[in-house]
This record gives sequence, structure tokens and C-alpha cells, in this order.
Amino acid sequence: MKKYINTLCFMCSVRCPIQVEVENEQVISIRGNPHVPAMNGGVCPKGVAAMAALNDTQRVQSPLIRTGERGSGQWKRVSWEEALDYTADRCKAIFDKYGAKSAVYCERANLISDISKSFQKAIGSPNHFTHDTVCKGSINTACRSMIGYTDGQINADWTNAKHVVLYGRNVFESVEIKAMNSFMAALEKGTKLTYIDPRVTITAAKAHDYKMIRPGGDLAFNYALMNIIIKEKLYDAPYVKRWVEGFNELSRFVDPYTPEWAEKETGLPAAEIVSLAREVSRVKPAVVFHYGYRGSHHPTEVYFRRSILILNALIGSIESKGGLFIKKGLKDAGYKAGLKTFSSQKFPEMEDKRRFDGCGQDKFPIADPAHGVGFMFPHAVINEDPYPIKVLFAFRYDPLLSNPDYNTNMKALQKLDLIVASDVNFGATTAMADVILPESFFLERSDPLQMGSGLKPAINRRIACVRPRFDTEPMWWIVKQLADRLGVGQYFPYETAEDIWKYQLADLDIKIEDFDETGSVSLSDKAIWWDRNDGINFKTPSGKIEVVSDLMESHGIPSLPAYEPLDRQPDAFRLMCGRCVAHTNVMTQNNLYLNHLVPENRLWINDRRAKELGIADNDRIEVASNAGKGEMRAFVTDLIHPEAAFMLHGFGHKEVDSKRSYGKGVADAMLQERHHDKIGGSPALDHTWITVKKL
Amino acid sequence: MGDYIITTNPKRCIACHACEIACKSENNIPLEATLGKIVVLGPKMVNGKPKMSSVFVPCFHCEKAWCLEACPTEAIRRREKDGLVYIIESLCVGCKACIMACPWHIPQWNAETGKAIKCDLCMDRIDQGLEPACVSVCPTDALSFGRPEELSDKTRETYAHGLLERNLSATSVR
Repeated sequence: MKKYINTLCFMCSVRCPIQVEVENEQVISIRGNPHVPAMNGGVCPKGVAAMAALNDTQRVQSPLIRTGERGSGQWKRVSWEEALDYTADRCKAIFDKYGAKSAVYCERANLISDISKSFQKAIGSPNHFTHDTVCKGSINTACRSMIGYTDGQINADWTNAKHVVLYGRNVFESVEIKAMNSFMAALEKGTKLTYIDPRVTITAAKAHDYKMIRPGGDLAFNYALMNIIIKEKLYDAPYVKRWVEGFNELSRFVDPYTPEWAEKETGLPAAEIVSLAREVSRVKPAVVFHYGYRGSHHPTEVYFRRSILILNALIGSIESKGGLFIKKGLKDAGYKAGLKTFSSQKFPEMEDKRRFDGCGQDKFPIADPAHGVGFMFPHAVINEDPYPIKVLFAFRYDPLLSNPDYNTNMKALQKLDLIVASDVNFGATTAMADVILPESFFLERSDPLQMGSGLKPAINRRIACVRPRFDTEPMWWIVKQLADRLGVGQYFPYETAEDIWKYQLADLDIKIEDFDETGSVSLSDKAIWWDRNDGINFKTPSGKIEVVSDLMESHGIPSLPAYEPLDRQPDAFRLMCGRCVAHTNVMTQNNLYLNHLVPENRLWINDRRAKELGIADNDRIEVASNAGKGEMRAFVTDLIHPEAAFMLHGFGHKEVDSKRSYGKGVADAMLQERHHDKIGGSPALDHTWITVKKL
Repeated sequence: MGDYIITTNPKRCIACHACEIACKSENNIPLEATLGKIVVLGPKMVNGKPKMSSVFVPCFHCEKAWCLEACPTEAIRRREKDGLVYIIESLCVGCKACIMACPWHIPQWNAETGKAIKCDLCMDRIDQGLEPACVSVCPTDALSFGRPEELSDKTRETYAHGLLERNLSATSVR
């Protein structure tokens, strides 16, 4: 019999609401959840390719214990019992000698993060970090420094915006379907899109105004915009007076940063900067300067992200229709309690609270410990700073290919006593593991409920659509099994997903059956906005938008440091990385259809520069930095700034078990040097200089 | 295209190729065969600005179908009720005459079965009142499926409504 099941996708971290058509345990089709209008009933290529991922025989098919060298692809198939016992026994021996703090747990932040964090707390290790730290640690820090919320707690009102300014935020290739469709509808009704990026993307081709900025020029561009907005009094004066702390300091600060000055830094005509400032002011406050993701990841990133938020503040857009909004949750919708969490239980006191990354502590006092600073992982392992790290739980996250400097990361992995991986596929770190505890695919598993905060908050549910194809288990089960064996099973009071849902809903008058029809429970029929004149609940010490930030200043970090230009190397290229519509991070390159669609990455280089180097389109080239080198093909084009080169993230896989993606293209991580933003904690993914030569 | 037409709105198309992947995965088509194809031009610089365009090319289901006429075993048929041209797999002997006869080489080769395959506009889905997989999966509604006469009506109405709205608001401003 045919069934239609509403669940949440997980081909990427967006987790779109989807509807899965199932007959006789086979998935017939995957579409957008029809109860969610902005899905338009569609899904992206990754979503539809989930069918191939489900049945892929190149998945991890059972628990495995390594028999050959790390990374050799030689495994022994074992039972769950054996794999879990082996893992727990090894952990116990290591913890006896080095303490549980010697274990670091990393994951792609997801629906079970609450359970993962509980696991670390239960065993007594302060060391947990998420993938978010790589892409958006500095955005998170910038947001908290100014408005007291993280980037995950705000969003853009795409539907009602009149002018949207994106800095490398490639919305039409990252494809968050609901947001993208809302925005596309707005564009059809006349919303303006200004897209700023050294590289032409699909989003650039949809923009009214595309600006090919010099790589790293975004911060100067923004300071010049502020200069004009303040000088010409284009800002929302009542809003600024009511909500912005530090406006006078800002006025003095941006005074020297004229559009003429910025012209040299950005390569963009001063007149264009002036006209953009005037244009956005005309439709204020329905303006979005988008704060994330991609775009200039340099050591100064936290200041770039702050500059974007300052522009929103000046134009009065934060918590304004058509601007940015603060996401609303259960309490804002009138509920007394939220979803009950496992991590809020009382855990034993930790004997040593120092984190491996010093996040929220000595090394990164204002970065967010909820996500950590994953960049510091190899440093901590190699230098045993602040103490020896011996165990890595790499659960659904691949630090080896995600963090900059592959060779250093590899050295750190090799130094570990135990690598435990949980993954659906053989990722790069998974292939290096000593034991693999394979997770069921998202179509095969139910997960903890998701709090969908937003203008209209809702609770969403992922539910298993088919039985597991192979000998795999959901992560919440795996974690509990390990906890049981390490003597801390009492913190995981569940046997089934239903038990978890009941636990989460314990304080709420919502039943599990309420999710059956649509896959979610809506908590508010209408959009919840706070009164922008007097009712915005900024979570900063002043209750305002802090251009001069208490969080920063109280830690001796300047809010508005003088602009320092990035270095220039005329013979090299600034390496940028990014995404395409076919792939998610490093996770999908081995998918049957997605691999076929985009099988490898090529290096985008400007046609004029390529000619000087004697490189023609599709030539084999060697790409090198101080961190490493690789061989790939060139994409010679006028679609990229002459000072930049670009490659897609996620290629250069060397896992022998992933046969389609093996050896295709080069990993950006292989070339990226270990630069980072010392305040926000993000790796400076776009800061490396590379040289290119024809082979 | 039989009694139907698929149109592309290039302003909405983001060149994501979900249409092609849904066609392959839901119809069990070999990886190398693309029955419905999204053809994308760009992004490329035109007068200093990046531009792109696209058009979806499925089988046209021609009135006088070259493939059908070339088939020596009458494996290729046309449905009476709506003119869709399709292959009866059991009758195909794999001679490839249809592939050669079609000016666009729209019939393709299934190496696993040794037979020709072609787009039948997901006629089983159409019979259930659904759109073809390519159209229904499109995340941005860039593809539309319908009857040519409906399309003409819809396009003219949308266009004229837009004009009237603009005139109306322009009048009210004055």
C-alpha cells in the first residue's frame, strides 16, 4: 500500500520539510511537504538524490573495526555488540590514564545535538564542537556582540524585503527552498537584489546589480556605505536614537572611510557605493544586508560581520518588516515551557573544565562554547595544549576535509589513540577511523523533535519512512549504548524515538499524534513581530544594538579598530572556496546522481591572468600554497576577479571505499593555510594565497 | 508534444537539474541517459552584466513522429487519447532506428536492457492526475505543465493583470 510520510530532509543542514511516497518499503518519490506552501511542492537535486543515497551499496553497511593501516579500507565486519564493547573498553582504558577530557566529540549540529552534548557532560568531558564553528563561528560572535542573539536566532524577511544586499551569500545555489522561493516571489514583485562577490554565481545572474569586488574588499565597502549613510543622514534617525548604542563613536570612526578611499580597496567606483547607500535608504527599513554565509572569511571576519549588522542597524531593519527578524519560540507564542532537553539534567561536576579550544575561556573568551572552535582541534592534539587529547568521536562530521590544512589535520588524527566515527558514508575522517558505528540514513530513522523557531514558530518531526537497508542504527541509540557501557546510561532515559518525543513534550500540551497529519505542530497562525518602536528584546547588557559592544570591550577587544588592509601578492591568487547546488559540504560527492552532475572541482581563474600563465581552459594545472598542493583542471573564465581563484569545497576525496568520488579534484582544505579569526574563532577560509602553473 | 506542453520560465530556473535527477531516479533510467534535459546558457557576461537563460527539452511527442515511423517492430506507439508517443519495452529489439531517425536523437539507449528508452511525459503519472516528475519536482516552479490552450490564456492573463495593476496604482498616485 502506498503511504505519504511527512518528514525532514537531511541531504543538507537546511532540513527542508519533505513528503516521501513509499510503497512496499521502497521510496517512490520525494517532494516538498505540501502542507508548507513555500516549498512549492518541489525539492532540490540533493533532496531527490536521497533515493540513490538510501540504496547505495557504497554506504557503511555494518559496524566495522579497522584491521589494516588507518585509511587503508581494510575492515572487519562486526556485530553492534562487539563494536560498542570494543569502543567502550578502549575509552575506559584511555580515560583511566588521561581522564574523560581527553575525548573530543565533534558533530554537524543537528537534531541530536542535545543528546550528544549530554553524552560529553555525562562522561565528564568539556570538549564538544560542531561544524558550525567552521562556517559561522565569527558570524555567531559578531551577532552576539551586537544584539545578544546568535546568527541562528535571526533570519531575513525575504518575502517583504524591498532591497536585499548579499555578500557571496549564494542563495540560488545553496537552495534553502522556503527562503529561496519567498525571495524569488519578492523579486518578481520588484524587490531589488545587489550581489557582491569576486565570482559570478547563479545568484549574480539573478541580481539587478552585480558587483565584482576585489577579494576581501567587503569590509572597506561597508565602511564606505556607513560613511555616506551617516554623512548624508540616510539612516533611520528615530530607530538609531532608540536602539543603537555607540552611534557617535561610529560616526567618528567611519569619517575617514570615504567611498573614494574604498574605491582603492574594493575596485568598485565610489559613485556606485554612494548610489547604493541612497537606494537602500529610500526603501528603509525593508532592507536586508545579509550577514552570512561565505564571503570574506579573513582573520578580520568578526569585524566584517559586525559591519553588515551595523548597516542593518543604521537602516532600522532589525525586527522590521522586510528586514531582519529575531526568531520567536514557544515562549513568544504564549507557551510557558519549551521542549525539555536532556542536557539540562544535573550532571556530575567536571574535574577539569578547561576546554581543548579555550572557547569561552582563555583563548577565545567571546566565541560561543555551544559550538566551540573546531579550528583548534589539531593544535590541541599535536601540542597537547592544554592537555593530551586521545579520543575523537567524529559523529556525522568530517573535520579532516572541513577544516583548513589537511596535512596538519591528518597529523593530528594520526596522533590519536582512538578515532570513533559515525557516518552514513565513508567520509574522509570516517575512513581513518578505528571503529565505525554506522548511522541510519535520514529516511530510515526517527530523530528528536526540532524546534522550528521563526516568525511563525512550529515544532517539526523527522520520522522513519522505510526500514534500514543495512545494519545501521540511529545516532541517539548509538550514543545511549556507549553511555550504558561507560556507566552513565541513566542520563539517556529512552528506548525508542517515541520515548524521546514524549520526554521533549513533557512540559507541553502537545501530543505525538498531533504531528501525524502534516509533520509539524504550528504554534502561531500569524507572524510574531515585536514593536520596533519600543518592544524589541535585544539581549545585550544595554538592551540595545551595541555598535560599541560590552561583550567585546569588557574582554579588552576593541569594537571599532582601525581598518587594516589585507596584504597583496600580485603574482599569486587569493583562494576562495564555496558551494554549488549539487553538493553539501563534503558529504554528497559520492552520491550516484550528484557525482554525475558535478563530478569534480576545477580551479576558476580569470582569463587574462590565465593567458599570462599560458593556461587554457581545461588544462591540467598544479595549484600550490604554503600548506599543500594538488593537481586539477582549470576553468578559465571572465566570471572571476583577476586577483581571485575559486574552487568548490568538498572534493579531493581519498577514501578508497567511496569509489565514485575517489581522487576527483582537489580539497580546498589541502591548500588552505591555518589562518583564523582570533576573536570569532572561524578559520579564515578565503585568506590563502596560491600559485598556479600549467602541467 | 501530444496534447500537452512543458514550458520553462528562465527567470525562475536556477539550473539545479532536479528535473533531470527526478526523471532518472523515479523512472529508473540509467545514469547516462537524460530523457528530459534542462539546457542552460550561462552565467555569461553580456555587456558587462552576468546573464543566464535556460530551456527544458523533453521529447516533443511529434504529430508525425520520426521515431515511430522508423520502428520496424511497432514497439513505438502513440496513445489515442492524448497523442503521447511511447515505447513498449517488450517489443523493442534494440535496433536503434528510432535514435537515428529522430532529428534531436531524443530516444536514448539503455545499455542494461539493450533497448531504446524515451520520455513518455510520465504518462502513468498523468493518468493519476499528476504532473510529470520533472515538472513536479522543480523547487522554484520554473517548469509548467499544461495544455497549450491553457498556457496561452494563463500567460496573457498574468501579463495583462500585471499591466492593469501598474496602471491602476499609477492612476491612484496621481
